[in-house]
Amino acid sequence: MSAPEIRQDPPLDDRARRLLKAWETPRGWRYWSAVNNSEVGLWYTIAAFTFFLFGGVLALVMRIQLAFPENDFLTADQYNQIFTMHGSVMMFLFAVPILEAISIMLLPEMMGARDLPFPRLSAYGFWCFVIGGVFVCGSLFFGVGPQGGWFMYPPMTTEYQSGVGVDIWLLGLSFIEVASIAAAVELIVGVLKCRPPGMRLNLIPLYAWYILVVAVMILFAFPPLIAGDMLMELERALDWPFFDASRGGDPLLWQHLFWIFGHPEVYIVFLPSIALVAMIVPTFARTPMVGYGWIVLAAVGTGFLSFGLWVHHMFTTGLPGITIGIFSAASEAVAIPTGVQIFCFIATLLVGRVTRSVCLLFVLAGLATFIIGGLTGVMVALAPFDYQAHDTYFIVGHLHYVLVGGTIFPIVAGFYYFYPLVRGKQLSERLGTIAFWLMLIGFNVSFFPMHLTGLIGMPRRIYTYPAGMGFETLNLVSSIGAFILAAGFVVFLWDVLRPKSKQDLAPRNVWNAGTLEWLAEVPDKPWGVRSIPIVKSRYPLWDQENFVRDVDEGNFYLSDAEETLRETLVTTTVDATPIQCLRVPGPTFLTMFAALFTGGVFIFSTYHWWWAAGVSGVLSLVTILTWLWTGTALIPEKDRKDVGLGLELPTYVSGPRAVGWWAMFITMLGDMTAFVSLVFGYFFYWTIHEDFPPQDARGPGILWPLVSMACVLFAWAATLLAKRFNRQDSAPRFYGSIAAGATAAVVGALALVGACYFHQMDPTRHVYPAIVCALVLWTVVHLAVGVTMHLYCLARRAASRMTSRYDADIVNVTLYWHFMAVTSLITSLVISLFPLVS
Amino acid sequence: MNSFPTQSALDPAGQGAESIAQLFYWMSGGAALIWCLVIGLAVYAIRRPQAHHYRLTRLLVIGGGAVVPTVVLTCLLSYGLSMMPELQRPAPEGSLTVHVHGVRWWWRVEYLGPSGQPIATANEIRLPVDQPIEFKLFSEDVIHSFWIPSLGGKVDMIPGRTTRLKLHPTRVGQFRGVCAEYCGGAHAQMNFDVVVSDAATFERWLADQSAPASEPETDLAVAGKAVFSQRGCGACHAIRGTAADGLVGPDLTHLGSRLRLGASLLDNTRQNLRRWITQTHQVKPKVEMPAFEALPEDELTALVAYLEQLK
Repeated sequence: MSAPEIRQDPPLDDRARRLLKAWETPRGWRYWSAVNNSEVGLWYTIAAFTFFLFGGVLALVMRIQLAFPENDFLTADQYNQIFTMHGSVMMFLFAVPILEAISIMLLPEMMGARDLPFPRLSAYGFWCFVIGGVFVCGSLFFGVGPQGGWFMYPPMTTEYQSGVGVDIWLLGLSFIEVASIAAAVELIVGVLKCRPPGMRLNLIPLYAWYILVVAVMILFAFPPLIAGDMLMELERALDWPFFDASRGGDPLLWQHLFWIFGHPEVYIVFLPSIALVAMIVPTFARTPMVGYGWIVLAAVGTGFLSFGLWVHHMFTTGLPGITIGIFSAASEAVAIPTGVQIFCFIATLLVGRVTRSVCLLFVLAGLATFIIGGLTGVMVALAPFDYQAHDTYFIVGHLHYVLVGGTIFPIVAGFYYFYPLVRGKQLSERLGTIAFWLMLIGFNVSFFPMHLTGLIGMPRRIYTYPAGMGFETLNLVSSIGAFILAAGFVVFLWDVLRPKSKQDLAPRNVWNAGTLEWLAEVPDKPWGVRSIPIVKSRYPLWDQENFVRDVDEGNFYLSDAEETLRETLVTTTVDATPIQCLRVPGPTFLTMFAALFTGGVFIFSTYHWWWAAGVSGVLSLVTILTWLWTGTALIPEKDRKDVGLGLELPTYVSGPRAVGWWAMFITMLGDMTAFVSLVFGYFFYWTIHEDFPPQDARGPGILWPLVSMACVLFAWAATLLAKRFNRQDSAPRFYGSIAAGATAAVVGALALVGACYFHQMDPTRHVYPAIVCALVLWTVVHLAVGVTMHLYCLARRAASRMTSRYDADIVNVTLYWHFMAVTSLITSLVISLFPLVS
Repeated sequence: MNSFPTQSALDPAGQGAESIAQLFYWMSGGAALIWCLVIGLAVYAIRRPQAHHYRLTRLLVIGGGAVVPTVVLTCLLSYGLSMMPELQRPAPEGSLTVHVHGVRWWWRVEYLGPSGQPIATANEIRLPVDQPIEFKLFSEDVIHSFWIPSLGGKVDMIPGRTTRLKLHPTRVGQFRGVCAEYCGGAHAQMNFDVVVSDAATFERWLADQSAPASEPETDLAVAGKAVFSQRGCGACHAIRGTAADGLVGPDLTHLGSRLRLGASLLDNTRQNLRRWITQTHQVKPKVEMPAFEALPEDELTALVAYLEQLK
């Protein structure tokens, strides 16, 4: 793979040359230090797609095993590992990452931005993803893969599977989930703050709306799973009995945490693909999308509803009828926003004059397939039917109709649509049509019979079945279909990979689309857009006169890079008024190293190599601090700068106007969600036990937790003061308050640990001390991070990298401490005072 | 070759399964109709050359996307959820109650005898027709799910919790039950047999089951009883009326009366019983029972003769 070739003619003027220089992609081995969204996005896409192929091969292997009754192609162990990995790979290593990959690659282009606000964070996320993904997949080749299913229900995974498989799954995927959250933060800030001037919220491309919704969903859906992973790993590594019923734990807590993540997850992978459809349909209908507002409302509505449906994965766990009825109804309700979106697409096709293309074929295939999945979804959401269908092949059929129809087909459509934009060449309509028919026929032949297979009684996740029960023919047909489907992907893959050097370059804006990403030149230039335009329409390329010419001639913003620094515009959230000229960092290997070391912590922990994990942790901390020290909140050489069209913007802002502040705020919302999930755990145990805390249990007492709380609140106040003293340029008082804050935080942490220690709480004895210790652990780790931040600010000020004017570091740290104070408050009050009232 | 009875939810033989199958047919018909309409409209939209009026299409979005689904779903929910009270209502006081424990990878089954004493059996459930039966479900290790597709829906068995299910068979016959929740290793081979018969036959069977094991009569069987005890089988298996009182594995008091072996894996024949004892792990990989491969031929013959006559 290499960067697209740069065409040198026509000769560039000085302004353009400087701009090109600033955005130049590194060459040779340094290519891998690139952080620009087009490179990272491309790698990300290739990596996610490779994992998809791997997951697909696993599926074929399973279909070989199931083609015949009592087949011995695979052993039970092999099959159980393979179906676990198939689900985990497709969900965690393909479906979520591919949306982030495509968004990292295309979102800035759709919004006329030069890059996302935190390019190094994207690069870090990408490397984490690759390392974690290879680690998790690799386990399969050593026969130690996880075999608990992608849902990992305890106590099977906590007490009955002693190998490293489950740890690999927990730690490897937690690592990737962290990367996913990083990407979500990046995308949220990208959509909210990095739009072109004039692109008010009601003008942003539908894709960006969808991504905004999805990224927010990731932010609230992944943390409960991370909290669950943490609890399960604590049980596995240290025997804290969160899911062990004999010591007060409950396996159902995991199911709640998993499905609070797992159900939104379905929409997290489905909505971005619908977002691609929402970009493709208007282009081929040659008309703006009908019902823009309806679609946005529907997407937001789906996002909200999806958090209220998780219990429909647990209808058979013996819940009360009223709970089941409510969740049944809520699950049906989600069909309504989905229906609205589908009808908006159809309406757009009706209004416009449709041009045929392979892209549209795949969109139609996606629609036809997805609607079947949606309709069977309505069926299984109805609890009585789910009592029969749950955990059978009916569900396997249903979920693949949803995910292949709702995700894979639209993504293939997206490949055909965006390939010319990314690589400058078109894919073949002829090969595309062949691939289309193979995939559509293969898919339906494979998965449609599964509905019947399930209802005649075949459960999921069985590696073999006896002859003579009516399963043979249906399974053989499914297996044949799977190979036809795979043939379709081979044709598609060949179309993507076949050498195209003799093929003519695609014309610019080959589909004659109306949105900003099609400003890209062919071949593409690393600067994204020649100048950042003023946008007045949802489809500026269609509606704004001389738009492309003005952009190309540099008649808009930032057409120059006088300092050869990478710059893009930050605008206000609602009206997109420019407020800052943001300098984004350039290529570095630091992010790759940081990912390697962070990965080391997780990977070494899997094998209980604590020393190696510790060393890796220190190295990762040092690398990340170096990255922050040298690459963030840099003091600019001038305070304001002319960005063109007579507009002068600050080059450095702090507080709510700064993207860094937003990133911290959003990250902490996610962090808080994980914490709340742990607190939920505490109260969950309280609801299921008649006496919680148990009569004979040792608690942390009242005094020490409250002492800790007082110390942390003092540290919080000291941090606030430090921010003020820094603004007043009062160095001694700043240092004093930071030092006082850090000390108080350390004392606060020690008080919490002491509360557990002095009361001789044994977290392995019962779930009560275990969940208290988990809350304490969470709080103490966060205090340690908070103190590190204190010391960082201290050093920044001492090194004159932070001043009274350029104070983003301390402002962001203060924001962290607001959340820290809330965390400490909740932890201390819950563990000390709640037992008194319960 | 083994022959298995049906485990199809679409061939119902119980009240729950019948009403759910009917619900399924209604929903499938409706779903097919909706799919044809929507896809027909989409194909029409693409093939039709001239453009349509914008305002008409807005009506389509509101009508097709919001109004019609709301109406259809409301009807569906009223129909579907109206089944819930009956499905969830426990069987009336005094109904037959069966306790079933999920164990990796088999089923411990307990009936209550006339005087309240538990009657243990395994991997086979016999029920009287035309009366409600209450099941209490437990797990002894991981999560399992108890499902007899022909009779009704499934319910999970969760460690630390007791779940319940009511079934009401409406037709006599043989059916098959399965574990529906993935429970590790041999999940695929964790099944059981269900026999629904008239009340008199059932009562007779239950009376037979409540009796202690019959004393062996032939010399071979007597020798087999000794093998059973010397080889330590009783550490895991119980045979009521003998010294064998193990609780780890299935109760074998009336093994000879059962339809199948190894959690509905093999027909209960002499040949299969021999295979089960000697080639346990080839027959059912991952099973917890150790294989007795090295058992001398004469001991094996005697042991099988003993087990066979435990009718």
